[in-house]
Amino acid sequence: MSAALALSPEVLAKYQPVIGLEVHVQLLTKTKAFCGCKNEYGGEPNTHVCPVCLGLPGALPVLNKQAVEYAVLAAKAIGCEIRETSIFSRKNYFYPDSPKGYQISQFDKPIAENGELIVPGFDAAGNAISKRIGITRLHMEEDAGKSLHDGFADSASRTYIDLNRCGTPLVEIVSEPDLRTADEVFEYLTKLKEILLYTGVSDCNMEEGSLRCDANVSVMLKSDWEARGTAAYGTKAEVKNVNSFRYIRAAVEYEIERQIGVIEDGGRVVQESRLWNNAEGRTYSMRSKEQAHDYRYFPEPDLPALVVGAEWQKNILSAMPELPEARRARLASEYGLSTQDAATLTTDRELGDFFQQAAALAKSPKRVAAILLSEITMRLRGGELVLGQSPVSLNGLVLAADLAEAGEISSKQLKQLLDSCFTESKDFAFIYDRDKPQQISDTSAIEAMIDEVIAANPAQVAQFKGGKRTVSAFFVGQVMKLSKGQANPALLNELVVKKLDA
Amino acid sequence: MSNQNSAVSLEDVRHVADLANLELTAEELPRMAHDLNAILGHIAQLSELDTSQVEPMAQVAEALGIAPATAGETLRPDVVKPSVDRAAVMSQAPESDGRFFKVPKVIER
Repeated sequence: MSAALALSPEVLAKYQPVIGLEVHVQLLTKTKAFCGCKNEYGGEPNTHVCPVCLGLPGALPVLNKQAVEYAVLAAKAIGCEIRETSIFSRKNYFYPDSPKGYQISQFDKPIAENGELIVPGFDAAGNAISKRIGITRLHMEEDAGKSLHDGFADSASRTYIDLNRCGTPLVEIVSEPDLRTADEVFEYLTKLKEILLYTGVSDCNMEEGSLRCDANVSVMLKSDWEARGTAAYGTKAEVKNVNSFRYIRAAVEYEIERQIGVIEDGGRVVQESRLWNNAEGRTYSMRSKEQAHDYRYFPEPDLPALVVGAEWQKNILSAMPELPEARRARLASEYGLSTQDAATLTTDRELGDFFQQAAALAKSPKRVAAILLSEITMRLRGGELVLGQSPVSLNGLVLAADLAEAGEISSKQLKQLLDSCFTESKDFAFIYDRDKPQQISDTSAIEAMIDEVIAANPAQVAQFKGGKRTVSAFFVGQVMKLSKGQANPALLNELVVKKLDA
Repeated sequence: MSNQNSAVSLEDVRHVADLANLELTAEELPRMAHDLNAILGHIAQLSELDTSQVEPMAQVAEALGIAPATAGETLRPDVVKPSVDRAAVMSQAPESDGRFFKVPKVIER
């Protein structure tokens, strides 16, 4: 929770927050949007630059084909329509990290419009519902460079500029003002990121700024909303510079309460940009300059219209992977997994892919899911590893699942073997080969033990003979104990019944 | 901004100059206003032509009858090209520490 102004729940309940999001996503192309410079996070400052991204006079931009393909893929994944002919425009403003004096963006004819995301939410009565959040548009643009305001001896009087990021291809995804709570904001972003990661167009790494979010927040009186509808929307403030979903949730929550506080005090919300300060848990005004919104857009004369014809669009979309929602439903129906397991397996594409490959090879997909989601996931988390770093390979997982399924190893043995895999960083096949439980599969040896147990338990034998056949489990257990858990379970089951029936 | 029917005021000139990052002296302001009014007057004259049947043109290709590529044929393949030498770049910068461009202190907008 943010350090907000103590407003009573009754006061808060009078107001309806309205929130729209603008999400900037860096595309995972090898080169920048309009030049062949490396598109790569970091790097020695100002070494990924050329006349185009430095904005030198006479340099001409040439659009990156891959960036267009990623934009189309991302747009379709969030249900947008593709505009066959879109136009690039100049958005004019002066800032040192944008050396051309304008940003190449798209304005009135963006590449994609009218998408949607379905997010979990709650209705007025508090029941869980699926909520549709409209997506106004997805357009292509270029990123600016980086300004470093602190950390140098002369930072009091100088700002340092690194233009490596300048010209990085972005898509900006603008939602309709359909969000009503900070939690919905969080859910929307989570879903959006999940889908974008599946499409592979971005790594969505918030720490490195590959995914950035601005939230437009306003509040209005519910009574006013009922009377006048969207005409009642209040003045919005834009919350910028928030680099995690959790902080965005806190920032939006704070901003909602701040605005209600302003109105309750008889004040007026000012249209402005506000920065979130995480340490203080509050937003504060970035000196508002109304004129900063006068961007004087006009069509970019250096770039022809972008035409994504039907044929090209079809080619691009052939690379569309199965998206998380569809995969979730399929895993549940195809493999009989629980909704929860299917959801966990599809939170990221890599885990889902890994499961599917293993499931295809193993005898029991359900067993694979169980081991992957409990035993493997738990040990990865314990070792702070990601799936790609797991010592247990795909084949290792399949082997483990098959052995467990066939009853050749007990769940306790499985845990021990996996522990060894993780402590020694060795694959399952290696550990199993070395440490495999010495199983007794010698029929005569097992029979001898069964005879011994039968002789020692005449009462149970009588029960069995009297028709209570489930008592056989008692004998299996006793023999297993006698063999120190090493009797082959399948063989043992078979022999116990045979002996008792004899 | 005023519309094209009313004259450009000194205030308009200040606003536009500000957007363009230009510092105009007190003498330059009225001269600019005069020039802008003259230019807009000329544009107003052009506006008398009926262009309702003419498509706006931001690109010459169409006017030249060049059919646009529809499958990205004219776009750039995503292949890295060498960037330029930083020392050469920084030699042209007004102020630099050799690694960064340095500019007068700005506050995040």
